[in-house]
Amino acid sequence: MSETLETTNLTLFEQLGGAAAVDAAVDIFYRKVLADYRINRFFDNVDMEKQAAKQKAFLTMAFGGPHNYTGEDMRKGHERLVKMGLDDSHFDAVMEHLEATLQELNVPGALIAQVAAIAESTRTDVLGR
Amino acid sequence: MLNITCGESNVACLANETVLDALLKANIPIPYGCRQGVCQSCLMRSLDVTPPVAAQIGIKDTLQKQNYFLACCCHPEQDMTVSLPDQQDTWFEASVIQKQQLSPEIIRLTLQYNAELSFFAGQFVNLQRLDGLTRSYSIANSSRHEKILEFHIRRLPNGQFSSWAHDELQPGTTLTLTEARGSCHYLPGRAQQPLLLIGTGSGLAPLYGIIHDALAQGHAGSIHLYHGSRNSEGLYLIDEMQELAKQYANFNYTASVSGACATETGFAQGRAHELALNAVQSLKGWRVYLCGHPEMVNQSKRMAYIKGASLGDIYADAFLTLPH
Repeated sequence: MSETLETTNLTLFEQLGGAAAVDAAVDIFYRKVLADYRINRFFDNVDMEKQAAKQKAFLTMAFGGPHNYTGEDMRKGHERLVKMGLDDSHFDAVMEHLEATLQELNVPGALIAQVAAIAESTRTDVLGR
Repeated sequence: MLNITCGESNVACLANETVLDALLKANIPIPYGCRQGVCQSCLMRSLDVTPPVAAQIGIKDTLQKQNYFLACCCHPEQDMTVSLPDQQDTWFEASVIQKQQLSPEIIRLTLQYNAELSFFAGQFVNLQRLDGLTRSYSIANSSRHEKILEFHIRRLPNGQFSSWAHDELQPGTTLTLTEARGSCHYLPGRAQQPLLLIGTGSGLAPLYGIIHDALAQGHAGSIHLYHGSRNSEGLYLIDEMQELAKQYANFNYTASVSGACATETGFAQGRAHELALNAVQSLKGWRVYLCGHPEMVNQSKRMAYIKGASLGDIYADAFLTLPH
């Protein structure tokens, strides 16, 4: 009981391990995304360093950390991909990789659910609806 | 209060300001994005002092070594002179002292200079002809050679500079050069790390320099060079690389041709990057250098990353050619 109370004083971002955890997650997550034939065509012809930096900013947000993302940024950033046919199935694939990444890092299920909920909240903006 | 010098401007940086804050306040246009050290849009370079550690977090190690930093995370500790990447336009002169045919397609150009120049083998400089025609070429020799720069120049179809260099350029000619640029070079440390180097055509030039640098600095991990071309005309320095492989037990050399001439002896058959990437199960912990054809470089970068190499350990130099 007291343990639970103590941990709830920490933010989600702190519970996950902060910036270091984001770095570890980006490395696993981006590799999974690029290796997935269902979605990797959306990442053709992108600068991998810049893309990894974007993934980091995205995961920082999903981890409840400090970020400057707005819904409008999400919309603009994915406009080109929506034209290429980006839809729910692709968004689902990315969500799958996000959850698998966190499982690989032994993040407790309750925290994974919170991260997934934040990521899920970007769906309509990402898909331009 | 500290002074930031950027080009012609002198800007005051107040106690709580970053270099980015100070420059923007003075209306100096600096690209920026997240303002928290993630997007790296505000990458700048210190031309005098070493930047604060916190301003270099997340930047490629080769760029850290060259005093690059993120302006949005830089609370200066002393006065600094800074510039945007590649805006230092110091030129110097060098004269051609040797021209040697390495293969039907490739010449080695050796230049001598007097200027104070610091560079790493594998970086590139812009070479400019008297009339202003300018092209980028990679440095193939290490800086331990006194005041010498070596380039491998491949004849490109309709290539203005390369045709001139092959057909007309004579020893004694003076060229104008920029300072060395680029992050594709060897850094000491992690001497046990295995190295994978893949090059096509004159992409061997930077790799040749990087390998010599690594060996001279006592790199102990295995070093695997794959040099490929469509046909044997594009391969060169073969004897020298084979000799090096005999001399250093940790250096391995594979030359390959991807064209239809499978009957040629002595070369592996296939594309260099496919041979290289198929030969290893995992690249976790490896350092990877990729130079040459842009498509090869981009594909290999992705494949090397998927195979486990971390992005920070992949050094790439795509040779772009101008459309005609």
